[in-house]
Amino acid sequence: MTTAVAYNFAYLDEQTKRMIRRALLKAVAIPGYQVPFASREMPMPYGWGTGGVQVTASVLGPDDVLKVIDQGADDTTNAISIRKFFQKTAGVETTTRTADATVIQTRHRIPEAPLKDGQILVYQVPIPEPLRFLEPRETETRRMHALEEYGLMHVKLYEDIAQHGHIATTYAYPVKVDDRYVMDPSPTPKFDNPKMHMSPALQLFGAGREKRIYALPPYTQVISLDFEDHPFEPTHFEDVCALCGAGDSYLDEVVTDDQGSRMYVCSDTDHCEQRRAAAASDDGAAA
Amino acid sequence: MTSDGDQPLLRAEGLTKLYGTRVGCRDVSLDIHEGEVIAVVGESGSGKSTLLGLLSTQLGLTSGRILYRLRDGAVRDLMELGEAERRFLLRTDWGFVHQDARLGLRMNVSAGGNVGERLMAVGWRNYGDIRREASAWLEQVEIGLDRIDDRPDSFSGGMRQRLQIAKNMVTRPRLIFMDEPTGGLDVSVQARLLDLIREFVSGYGLAAVIVTHDLAVARLLSHRTIVMRHGTVVETGLTDQVLDDPQAPYTQLLVSSVLQG
Repeated sequence: MTTAVAYNFAYLDEQTKRMIRRALLKAVAIPGYQVPFASREMPMPYGWGTGGVQVTASVLGPDDVLKVIDQGADDTTNAISIRKFFQKTAGVETTTRTADATVIQTRHRIPEAPLKDGQILVYQVPIPEPLRFLEPRETETRRMHALEEYGLMHVKLYEDIAQHGHIATTYAYPVKVDDRYVMDPSPTPKFDNPKMHMSPALQLFGAGREKRIYALPPYTQVISLDFEDHPFEPTHFEDVCALCGAGDSYLDEVVTDDQGSRMYVCSDTDHCEQRRAAAASDDGAAA
Repeated sequence: MTSDGDQPLLRAEGLTKLYGTRVGCRDVSLDIHEGEVIAVVGESGSGKSTLLGLLSTQLGLTSGRILYRLRDGAVRDLMELGEAERRFLLRTDWGFVHQDARLGLRMNVSAGGNVGERLMAVGWRNYGDIRREASAWLEQVEIGLDRIDDRPDSFSGGMRQRLQIAKNMVTRPRLIFMDEPTGGLDVSVQARLLDLIREFVSGYGLAAVIVTHDLAVARLLSHRTIVMRHGTVVETGLTDQVLDDPQAPYTQLLVSSVLQG
């Protein structure tokens, strides 16, 4: 595949990539700490993953294989446009298979297939500050992080239980990283929180509008916050995937008509396809 | 003579705060003993709130020092405490009741959450325990338990002030700062709040510094009164003495300008 000649490799100029890599190194050195960086204007609107794209552009090499997902799916607008962006500006190989990818940029999901050593998962983050909705002052939240004053985070969980009888936060569920920083895992469903814990992959988080980068180095302790008498519980589904029959994956509800019919399917399209392909070949072998 | 009771809880020496060349507060010294209530009175702009800000370490000193006896008995210079220690002190051993409840409460968090915040900040991680403790304190400040999950923006002014007090009391502070706690409340609500403060002060051996321009509040609550004007102390003494037999001309003026009902 050819790169559009007018662009530097992976769109950003080399100085910008160095600046972002420095922020990334600092972020890896202090797991969960939000490192400010000079976020650039990107040729896409804020909210479309400008932070993730800048991080991806900075870590991408010519030999990398890129996968981009949006809510678990490889075939949604956001995923396709970012994938095309890097095909055009970096000329890298792309894939939809989790196992084949070296860099995976994601919006709101972690792939179902376990990640491996050497893989990098890049998250698009809208609001990096977990304390933001309780404490609007940035000066104050920074001080709270510095002094490890995290009582307020539990106030949010307390409010959940007081109002709903259980912790009703189902996405962007706060975690404590390496027993130090409280971190917003970006709006991934809490179903995915356990996957962050001791993951062999490097996890990088980029917030373009808020100009923050943070990271989880491989094999980092990531604990979801909770109360002794209301422990953290990942989401459980009553149904199985209507397409592949998976009972252990994160399911999307799809409304199929205006009569109230619905079906549940895997949100991770690659995972679903792999399972269906495996099932088909099993059937073929049996016949 | 060596028992803790004889040592002041807090000793301020020569507190001075300059805003550029303007004087916020000049050369104020005072001792606060455990269980003692001190009223700071004076007109607007006399430096009352500056003094309160200095004592509670929310403002930086231009000169002077503040010694505080911690719970373990060690006497420390507050300006030499690290920020983490100071903030810890502020939300455990101290309380701060603001005139504007918005400054002291989180308006988007329920009453129970507001009271529980300090507990969670010091490491409570059991929802049931936090809720029980919050309920007990709400009951003490006469807020019905049916309001525990309501936000303070649905509360009346008097309830908000009582909620602030509960929020502060939950960690059993030894010293509480109050900035015009009854300001803007109508007379009957004021009376109820004053009763409550008086009960807590005597019941829990609480020391308090109350800034007020209302001499009736000073008379009702405080043991000692400090009269301030232009950033300096013009008179200090037992409250009855200061209010019934004022010596400084300014205090005489202040006392005589109270409307006689």
